[in-house]
Amino acid sequence: MSAEINLTLKVWRQAGPNADGRFVTYEASGISTDASFLEMLDIVNERLIEAGEEPIVFESDCREGICGTCGLMINGQAHGPQKGTATCQLHMRSFSDGDHIVIEPWRATSFPVLRDLAVDRRAMDAIIGAGGYISVNTGAAPDANLTPVPKETADTAFDAAACIGCGACVAACPNSAAQLFTAAKVQHLNLLPQGQAQRWARTEAMVETMEAFFGSCTNHGECEEACPKEIPIDFIAWTNRDYIKAKVKNRKLAG
Amino acid sequence: MVQSMTRVSTPPPVRSEPKVKLPWPLSIYQTAVGKKWVMGLTGAALLGFIVVHMIGNLHLYEGPLEIHEYAETLRDLGTKLLPRTWLLWIMRIGLIIAFALHIHSAYSLSRMSLAADQRYPGGRNYIAANFASRTMRWTGPIIGLYLFYHLADLTWGWFNPDFVRGDPYHNVSESLSSIPVAILYIVANTALAVHIFHGTWSMFQSLGVNSPRYNHLRRYLAAGLAGIVLVGNLSFPIFVQAGVIDDNGRSVVEELQQHGAAEGEEH
Repeated sequence: MSAEINLTLKVWRQAGPNADGRFVTYEASGISTDASFLEMLDIVNERLIEAGEEPIVFESDCREGICGTCGLMINGQAHGPQKGTATCQLHMRSFSDGDHIVIEPWRATSFPVLRDLAVDRRAMDAIIGAGGYISVNTGAAPDANLTPVPKETADTAFDAAACIGCGACVAACPNSAAQLFTAAKVQHLNLLPQGQAQRWARTEAMVETMEAFFGSCTNHGECEEACPKEIPIDFIAWTNRDYIKAKVKNRKLAG
Repeated sequence: MVQSMTRVSTPPPVRSEPKVKLPWPLSIYQTAVGKKWVMGLTGAALLGFIVVHMIGNLHLYEGPLEIHEYAETLRDLGTKLLPRTWLLWIMRIGLIIAFALHIHSAYSLSRMSLAADQRYPGGRNYIAANFASRTMRWTGPIIGLYLFYHLADLTWGWFNPDFVRGDPYHNVSESLSSIPVAILYIVANTALAVHIFHGTWSMFQSLGVNSPRYNHLRRYLAAGLAGIVLVGNLSFPIFVQAGVIDDNGRSVVEELQQHGAAEGEEH
């Protein structure tokens, strides 16, 4: 059943990367509970534009929870209060009439704020660039089931591959560690036969790139709770194990 | 090494490359995940010591001569192969190295994380992080300071005018009968149990010991070890205060030694 609620938003406004930011309070009245969180912000922005003010800058793309572009810290929780849901799939029915909502960008030293709620996440691209791929000769698509993969392995690899790279794990981590993102990207390929050729080189390169930009994991488990894809921290443990193995094997291979 | 496909322009790194690259295996310690491994391994060694130390101290409940005998047995360990107290000293040196590495890795990883992290001015909610995991950087230094006091008090006898070397029963009952000292022991050992609760679980993750079928047992083990250490270690100040461990200021071991010396003179 649809209803309309009135909200008070406290939104982080920052004119540019080097500008000082501050919270600005906006009244969001008559918001349909069927609206998504981003649609609510769209409504607020239209009203701001009509009033001749600068709209709130935030990122979004697919709005169906699969691209990883959106991501807001809502009332101190990455992607808001609903577990396993990206900001775009969070709906206003999760809130009540008269609620105050604090909206902030992701915060980490390697996620500098570009403007308002948009942050620069290229440090995560650097981790993928260091080894989050497999190198193959392209050509005609290989036959299905040419490379057998056990069902359990495929399922587990798929759990890791569900990572959309939104950065919620970093945002939620008290250490701003990118361990869950990196582990998901490493293990997605390390678990599968296609990823074996570059397994040890990938693990070492991706983990060390991660360490250059992000903090060190202290196993709080906040990332797992914040992850819109509910990726378990088991992948972090497996990556820690693969990393030490890689340190031994890469040395042996290098002679 | 993997060749990067694209050069991504990024914000400046929060952690710079080490100035001097140490030779392999030491170079592993120069990485953050390597330091987590060292922290986990040294933590396991220290945890093993803490559990054995607590269980050994239960000899206090047998009486002054029994705990004295236990202490002498520790010094006699390995005497069939090595000179007396050597094995004990080898284990002590191992513990000192483990303790130093545990502190150094914690210090440098904390610095790295503090550099990487930014606060949320609007506040933030913790969902999974518990009291133990969030206070590791507080309980750690508390345990370190307490350990110094503990050694100075019961090993070196700096703070105890009635200290008798080689009589743990006497020293423990003299020292812990003071209410401030008993409170210090209770607070510090509670901090130790809180540290162990997160550390034990965290160790499995850092060392990559993870198998979904058995993962739930890791929390039970952490709670069990923290609970056993807490109950055992808190029992000593509490039972000294209650008067269960009390030699009325008389050192049985000292008397025994004087008696033995007197007998020696007679012969």
